[in-house]
Amino acid sequence: MSPHLQVWRWHVTMLTSILHRVTGVGLYGGGLIVAGWAIALASGPEAYGTFMALLGSPLGKLVMFGMSASVFYHLANGVRHLVWDFGHGLDIKSANASAYAVFGFTVAATLAVWTIAFMAGVV
Amino acid sequence: MVQLTLPKNSVPKGGRHYPAPAGSGKTKTFKVYRYDPDKGANPSWDTYDVDTSKCGPMVLDVLIYIKTHLDPTLTFRRSCREGICGSCAMNIAGRNTLACIHGHEECPGDKVSISPLPHMPVVKDLVPDLTLFYAQYASVEPWLHTETPEPRTEWKQSPEDRAKLDGLYECILCACCSTSCPSYWWNQEKYLGPAALLHAYRWIIDSRDESTGDRLDELEDPFKLYRCHTIMNCAQVCPKGLNPAKAIAEIKLMLAERVV
Repeated sequence: MSPHLQVWRWHVTMLTSILHRVTGVGLYGGGLIVAGWAIALASGPEAYGTFMALLGSPLGKLVMFGMSASVFYHLANGVRHLVWDFGHGLDIKSANASAYAVFGFTVAATLAVWTIAFMAGVV
Repeated sequence: MVQLTLPKNSVPKGGRHYPAPAGSGKTKTFKVYRYDPDKGANPSWDTYDVDTSKCGPMVLDVLIYIKTHLDPTLTFRRSCREGICGSCAMNIAGRNTLACIHGHEECPGDKVSISPLPHMPVVKDLVPDLTLFYAQYASVEPWLHTETPEPRTEWKQSPEDRAKLDGLYECILCACCSTSCPSYWWNQEKYLGPAALLHAYRWIIDSRDESTGDRLDELEDPFKLYRCHTIMNCAQVCPKGLNPAKAIAEIKLMLAERVV
């Protein structure tokens, strides 16, 4: 079998595609975190406190940062896919431009949310 | 199935170095994939130092120079040398293209890799086995399907309807697109791939064709069509500047419009 990933020089559209899959799978994990939060909430103040402490730990914060970035990335790229499904923006130039727009939106929205959270003293 | 690494017997190992002959000027190094089925050994990366001032401007000229002056055993397909036959499709510097219309000066880096079309069985060196690719093309029945009696002259088509075939009929079946597609890499036994689907669409929107519904039925399948995830590698690499991703999106749109 001839080399494939071993030799391929990536295009930005290839990167956005695999990141959509990665963030999608990651958000399934995020769904579990939300479910865990609801269970902790229903189990009483002690369990809830433990859960929130866990989320507030440095590792918890890192996971939540990743989750927030994944939400915004998956959302923006999902809209991009929706536009494609209507048959628009499929030429190379538009597809490359929308890829960078998705990255831009993800960075801006994630930073905005965390800035607001910091200023409100939530984290 | 997704297998990110190469099978053990396909991992390139070692390789010979062929220095430029005496009297050469400034050279550029080309790293070429070599595989000889008669040796029973793994493939290798051989490197060749080529004085590019002594050969033509294209990568195909470099390969011909290597075969003539450095290593007559190098095997590759070529025919028209003007981008219309599709024979010399291969992976050059990490992207699929036609060696005959890709300039060696366009290749980034000081060591240019040249390997067969990706994720395909290799016959020898740069020659991939395209049997499956051609079978997939045949499976879309790439000819006019009609039921009405044949007209006494030709099947007529308005200039507007004819224009719908632009950007589709130009495909030369070089396989650059299909073998650039990660979905095709992982599922080529079941997914038709960009080239066959572009051709399917070429007949679906042909105003003279009378089996549009049957053609769409044939493609309504989780694998044949819907393994396209709009990764866009096909359109990014097409040496003819066509857009299979767009053609596939149009087929998906037609299938959706049938049910709403």
